[in-house]
Parts: sequence; C-alpha cells; structure tokens
Amino acid sequence: MAFLAGTEMTGGYGAIDILRSCSISAEKGQVTVIVGPNGAGKSTAMKALFGMLPVRSGSVQLDGEDITALTPQRRVEKGMSFVPQVLNVFPSMTVLENLEMGGYLRKDDIRGTIEEVLELFPALQPKRRQLAGELSGGQRQQVAVGRAMMTRPKVLMLDEPTAGVSPIVMDELFDRIIEVARTGIAVLMVEQNAKPALEIADVGYVLVQGENKFTDTGSALLANDEVRMTFLGG
Amino acid sequence: MQDYANAFVLLLNYVVVPATTYGCQLALGALGVSLIFSVLRFSNFAHGELMSFGTMITLLVTWWLQAHGLTIQPLATALLALPAGVLVTVLLSLATDRFVYRYYRIKRSDPIVLLIVSIGVMLVMSGLVRFIIGTDDRTLDDGVRFVISAKQFRDLTGLQEGLAIRATQIITIALAAVSVGLLFWFLRHTKTGKAMRAFADNEDLAGLSGISAQRVVTITWVVAATLATLAGVLYGLDKSFRPFVYQQLVLPIFAAAIVGGFGNPVGAIVGGFIVAFSEVALTYSFKRFFSYVLPADWLPDGLYQLISTDYKYAVSFVILVVVLIVRPSGFLNTRSS
Amino acid sequence: MSISGKNFMLFAAVAAVLCVIAAVQSVAVAVTIVNLCLVSAVMSLGLNIQWGYAGLPNLGVMGFAALGGLAVVLVSAPGVPAAIAAGGPGIIASFVVVVVTVAAVVGIRRLTSLSRATRVAAVIAVLALGYLILGRYFGPAKNLIEAIDPSATGYLGGLGLPVLLSWPVGALFAAAAAWLVGKIALGLRGDYLAIASLGISEIIIAVLKNEDWLSRGVKNVVGLPRPLPDELGLAGTSWLQSLAIQFGISPPDAAALVVKLGYSALFMLVLAFLLLLSEKALHSPWGRMIYAVRDNEIAASAMGKNVKNLHLIVFVIGAAVIGLAGAMLVTLDGQFTPGTYQPLRFTFLIWVMVIVGGSGNNWGAVLGALIIWTCWIEADPIGTWLIQHSIGWLPVGNAMRDQLTANASQMRLIVMGVILLVTLRFKPGGLIPERH
Repeated sequence: MAFLAGTEMTGGYGAIDILRSCSISAEKGQVTVIVGPNGAGKSTAMKALFGMLPVRSGSVQLDGEDITALTPQRRVEKGMSFVPQVLNVFPSMTVLENLEMGGYLRKDDIRGTIEEVLELFPALQPKRRQLAGELSGGQRQQVAVGRAMMTRPKVLMLDEPTAGVSPIVMDELFDRIIEVARTGIAVLMVEQNAKPALEIADVGYVLVQGENKFTDTGSALLANDEVRMTFLGG
Repeated sequence: MQDYANAFVLLLNYVVVPATTYGCQLALGALGVSLIFSVLRFSNFAHGELMSFGTMITLLVTWWLQAHGLTIQPLATALLALPAGVLVTVLLSLATDRFVYRYYRIKRSDPIVLLIVSIGVMLVMSGLVRFIIGTDDRTLDDGVRFVISAKQFRDLTGLQEGLAIRATQIITIALAAVSVGLLFWFLRHTKTGKAMRAFADNEDLAGLSGISAQRVVTITWVVAATLATLAGVLYGLDKSFRPFVYQQLVLPIFAAAIVGGFGNPVGAIVGGFIVAFSEVALTYSFKRFFSYVLPADWLPDGLYQLISTDYKYAVSFVILVVVLIVRPSGFLNTRSS
Repeated sequence: MSISGKNFMLFAAVAAVLCVIAAVQSVAVAVTIVNLCLVSAVMSLGLNIQWGYAGLPNLGVMGFAALGGLAVVLVSAPGVPAAIAAGGPGIIASFVVVVVTVAAVVGIRRLTSLSRATRVAAVIAVLALGYLILGRYFGPAKNLIEAIDPSATGYLGGLGLPVLLSWPVGALFAAAAAWLVGKIALGLRGDYLAIASLGISEIIIAVLKNEDWLSRGVKNVVGLPRPLPDELGLAGTSWLQSLAIQFGISPPDAAALVVKLGYSALFMLVLAFLLLLSEKALHSPWGRMIYAVRDNEIAASAMGKNVKNLHLIVFVIGAAVIGLAGAMLVTLDGQFTPGTYQPLRFTFLIWVMVIVGGSGNNWGAVLGALIIWTCWIEADPIGTWLIQHSIGWLPVGNAMRDQLTANASQMRLIVMGVILLVTLRFKPGGLIPERH
C-alpha cells in the first residue's frame, strides 16, 4: 500500500460524476504528477484526496489509515498539505506572516521551520517583511508552497503550481519541488504543462474523463507514443 | 503675536478639541464596523444599536453603583461600570451571532442578505433598548467637569480667548488611544490577531491552514462589541445618552469606515477624524478667527461659515455619498477588492 | 392577474383581522388603518419594483416619499405673493447659477483632452465660483422670503392647483431625484448602494427640514387642500344626517367616516391601477428580462443587455411609485411635516413589508403592507395591554411598573424585527413568493 492512496474514487458536484473509479497514489520521497486534457478531473481528483470534495464511493488512505471521512482541516493535522492554484497566499500579510499562518496548528517553535523554508526559497530571504500581495507571480508561488511546508507535511499537494509563470520561473519552481521530495515528502501535483512536469515525475498519471488512462514512470510516459501523440502534442 | 495666539486658542477650543473627541468616538465605532465587514463580510446596520445597548447597560450599572455609594470621584462612575457593560454587550452579540448570523454564514449567503438580516437585528435591539430604558435623554457623566475651564485658562495665559478642556474629552482621547493601541498590537503581534487578518484576507486558505472560522468570528464579535460599548459610553459621557441619537450615529460611522477604505482598520481611524473635523470645521463660523488674524479692512463681509449649522449632521452623509461616488474603495485602500 | 386560493385566504385573513379591529376598537380606527395600509401598499409596490424585480437595495425610501410629499405643498398650497415678490427673482437667479455650475462641471469632466489634474482643478474652481455667486443671490432671497409673516407663511407657498394633480407631480419629483441618484450610485456594489441611498435620503430630509423658504421646514405646512369635501360641510347635508340616523351615530362621526371611506376608495383605485400595470409589466418580455438580469447579471450583459440602463429605468420607476405614495400620504394627513420622516417608519418598515409579503411578487408586496401596517399599529395597544396585565401584581406607583407601562409601545420595534428575522430565516421568499 502506497503512503497516500486514493482507491477507486467516484464523485463530483451534484448529480454528475466527474471522477469515475479513479485511483491515485503517492509515495514518500517521490514526485507524482497528474496530467490530462482539460476537464479530465485532475483538480477534482486532488480535491477528493484532500477531502474538499466528498467521494460517493472509494476510499482515501494515509499511511495505512482510512481518512475518507475526515475534513480537510483534520487531514492537515494528519500531515497533508495543499497549495491551491489561485488565491494561495494572504496578500495583505508579510511573507513571514504567511509562513507563520502556515504553521498555525503547530504548538512547538516554528522559527526553525521558517528558516528551513527560507533556505529552500532563498529569493524570499530579502522579502520576508514585504507583503505577499506585492511580490511577483513566481515569488508568490514560492510563498504559497512555503506556507504549505510550514506544517512539516508528509504529503504536499500542489494544484497547477506553474500556471501563469514564465518557463524560467517554472524550471526554478520544479527544482525546488524535487528538493522538497528528496527530503522524504510525498509530492503530488496536477500539471497543465505536461511535458516538463513528466520530466521530473517519478510516477505519472494520465486521466481522461475522470478515469485512469495511463499510469507509469514519468520517463516511460514521455516515451509512450500514444501518450505523446494524444496529450503532449507530438 | 497676541492676536495669533488668540486665534490659535480659539480654533483649539471650538474646532480641534471637540472634533478630536468626536473623531475618537467615531473611529472606535468605525473600527468595529470595519472589523465585522472584513471578517464576516457584511455591513452591520445594527452597530449603532450595539453601541446604544452597551451604553444602556453601562448606565444601568452606573445607577446601581451610585445607589450603593460606589463611585470613583473625580472620575465618572460610568468608567467603573464600563467592564460590566462590555461584558453584557459581548454576550448579546455572541448570542445574535449564534442564533441569527451563523445560519447565513454557513449557507454563504450574499452580503446583501446579511445586511437585511442586520436591519432585523437593528430593529430588535433598538426596541429592546427603548423598552428597557425609554427614549429620554440621560446623563452619564457625574465626574469632575473641567480639567481646565475657560476662565482659568484666561487667567493663566492672559489671553482674551479661553480654552476649556472637559474631563470627558481627556478620558475619551486617552481611552481611545489606549484601546486602539491594544487592538493594533493584538492584530499585528498575536497569533490570534494574525489569524483574524489571515481569515479576512483569504477565508479558504485560512481554512487550509487550520484556522477555525468559528473561533475567528467569535473573537471578531468580542472585539467589535467591546469597541462599540466603549464608543457608545465615551459618546454618552461627552454628550448624553439618547437612543434616537445613537441610532443615527450609524451613518457617520459608516461614512468614517468607508472614507478610509472599508475593512481597513487604519482607514477607519483616519476616516473617523476626517468626518469629525469636516463636520465641526465646515459648520464653524470663522468670523472671530479672521478678526484676529486679518487686518480689519481686509475682512470679507460674509462667508465665514461654509455650511449652515443646521446641516452639521448632513455633512457626514455628504462625505459618505461623495466618497462612494468618487472612490468607493476608500482613500487609503491598497487592496483591490 | 389571477390569485390562487391560498393567497386569497391570506388576504381574507387580513380582512377578518380588520373586521375584528372594527368590532373591538371602532370602525373609524379600522378605516384609518385601512387607509394607511393602502398608502403603504403603494409604497411597498414601489420598493418591490426596485428590490424584488431588480435586486436594487434602496434604503432611501424615506427620501423619495418625502419628495412626493413636498410636491403636494408646491402644487396645491396657496402661493404667498409677498414672498414671491420679495425673494422670487433671487431664487430664480440662484437656480440659474446652480444649473450653470452643474453644466460647467459636467462639461469640464467631458473635456478629456485636458489632463486629469487640470480637470480636477477646473472643477474645484468652478464649484468655488458657483458657491460664491450663489451666496450673493440665495442668502438674501432666502432671508427675505422667510421674513414674510414667518408664523403663518415665511415660504414661497405653492401654485394653488388641485391637490390630486400633485400626485403625479410627486411621482415625477421622486423619479427625477432617483434618476440623479441612480446615475451616480447604481454602479456601486449592493451594500454600498444601500448605504449611499440611506445617506442620500437623510440629506433630502435635512434639506426639507432646514430650507424654510421652500417647505417651511420643521414649522410644517398645515391645512393643505383636500380632494374630498370637508367633514364640517358634509355633516350639515341632509343625506348624511339621514344616513347617520340610520346607523345610529352622530352626524360629525358619520361625516368623518364617510370622508375616510372616500379616501379608501381613492387609494384603492390608485392601488388597483398600479397593481394592474405592475403585473402587466412583470409578465411582459421586459419583465422577464429584468428577472434575467437580476439572477445573472454577467450572462445578461454578455447577451448585450445594457444592465446599467435597465437598472436605472427600474430604479426610477420604483421611486416614482414611492413618490406617489408619499404624495398620497401627505394629502391624507392634510399637512407636510418634515420632522416626522424617520428611516424606521419610512424605510425599514417598508422593507419589512416587502420581505414578509414576498420580494418580487406584487401581490406579496401588497399583502405584506397590509399585514405589517396592521401589526405596527396594533402592536402598540396589544403590547400595552399585555404589559399592563402581566405586571398587575406590581404595586401601583412602583418604578418598574411605571417604566414598563411607559415603554410598552416600544415593543412594536421588537415585533417588527422578529417578524423580519423569522421570515428571512424560515420563509425567505415571503408569504407569496415570486413565480417564474
């Protein structure tokens, strides 16, 4: 059993099922990427794993424990962390305060973790007292990831972290994400930029219409002709 | 030189001191409205009545204390009763939240629905206040009246103009400064205060960070009710307590909150002073002032007073409307919401 | 224009309550309540057009109603020739100055070739100049007018025309004001529009209270002409005396009752006419478009509907109806008393009527007005009666007893608030919800 495992999840908004018996799992120390065409239910799968969308059937397990019925807040306490695609920082608070809020639930001293996050994202170091709303898009994404890291999560989930940033910033962000994974965290992300994302993925899922279409290592999926032709534009 | 000193004292006495006092009272009220707006996301029309309620409880406790001979002369007894007033008002606002507002919050109702709900709360609260204490004008102040009277000032300085400073004015300014200082310290430096700001900034992300909405909302009501009671009691000490007047205070308070940018605490304070100073300065006749500073033959023959005193109260509405038209986000707003 | 059985029962229930009031208190009291119910119904129809149809939260009902009332004074009150002679020219000159200043400001703002700073400076300069010139004409004219027999007139008076003519004029006054308010405030978010309209209505009242030359201010205009014969003359007629004998009441009482019923008939006519128009409009393609815009503004504007323009039209029509009701009310009272306009009575109470009756449904708005006005009036005697009977055990002269008895009438505010809150919570669509 994988560290985080969503098994045969089915659910959606209202009467229509967006996810159909979809299974996604993520392993500690690995980068797992979900790709697929628009409307394939990628973000929905992520939300189902995080408890922001109740599943009609199927289950979600974390480290062997069934967490299907838990609220997102309880999952945060259990060691999961989520970076939404948009509105993922507190714009009128400083970078430091954003990080502090990330560690809101922690009872111990969080100063060490703040330093670790700032070491991971050195670009934020000089901006620590600046308002998050005044940062550039790439730096804001770093704050967003940093905020999610503050709980010292075992699973870090990112919903399209590179949406709307330049290719250089994207590469930089992916490097950081790999670094995060190497510290032993299970990283799971949804990506629109499928090619570069699969390049760094240990495991990749291709979803189509809420169902698993392909599952393999990132490099194997990139090498797969059908995947290339259909989803990666040749 | 003497003339300039006289002119200066004149302005202090008739404009600066009263407007500062009134500005403090408005700022405290506007802070409460602003906090509710940024955390609960609606314009609370019942805030004036909350002030009224808090003042009424304080007044009732004051009477009880006076009847038992418990006073703190030379200070007003109402200050001793204030904590009780705050406590009961906090409880009332928490009860309203639990039984009225919470339902709509969980349903994520439109802000305009909550606004109409707050009108219902306003009606109930105003009825409650008028039922319990009636509609008469009541005095809260039983302390020493003047810190320095006009005559004392004249004797002291030898100027023609006197400067009278009432004890209630000093108390208002001091208490407002202390409570605003405490509030800002709370919002900037405590974990709970920061969580409140985070919740106001981005409710969903606050949830993802484990910040409990119910806790934030509860604390917001506690703070807003405390500020409302304080503002109401200080206004009552400075002038008097009359339910009808308090009900009308809600508009200058909204004006203050909106002028500085709705939801911005610094803006609420600045707005309070803008409204208070405009109200006092625009309706003050500067005739005597000009007779000190200008040579006699330079004096114009009219226009010492920009707006008739009858419109004193309307000034804040005009400011409100002009700001809403020219710059609805307020003059201090950095956020684009 | 049909009405279902259940809804008919609701109206019948109100009628039954009014009959009980007629039996227990008196017929005169019941008819008085009915008349004010009818005026309130017109007012809540107006607000329903704005809030119910289009979702525009107008908290300035009071201001539009007062402008309608002012129309009665300006149209029907006798003119004061001495005042017109003394101050008329000055007032006309002031009016011209205001118009020219406003036109100049609007013109400058349209001069986009100038820089923003230049335009702002020019606007301020024009306003200051306008203010200075206005002061030359307006101040003296105002003082001259207000000096003419201040205890009886001290104002310009009106045109001395038939009072019924003032009703459409009242609607026009309110519509004009609403056009101005709408032009500047309709682009605002819902709650800002609510606050702005509340502020504007307070400004209108402040002007009416303080501009004595126009409305006599808090000195009130009394003895306004009436559309119906006066009670004294009527009591002397033979047909009324025989009628009085038939019902066993004194001729003056009978005359008063007949006049009241006359007003009822007049108001009922207006209400029926408006209800017919509103229903027709609501079920026309135009009405459906209004609903579509309210329910999805973005989609509607994407479909090429000019949302702002549509909102402006609805806002103006609604205000006109409120203004008409304001004129009817002042006609009924026979006096214009700016000091009595309070948001509780003229804005928030009308809101309770619309919400309780059913926002978006004309019949609902009318029903709400009937119910709420009856409650508003009856909460006072019933509350007092309840209090008196529940504190009977307290000794006479007890401070608490006196206090509670004196304040019992305030119960009605609580009753209104609770009715509003309960409706919003458990029946948000109101008693007769809107149909689609």
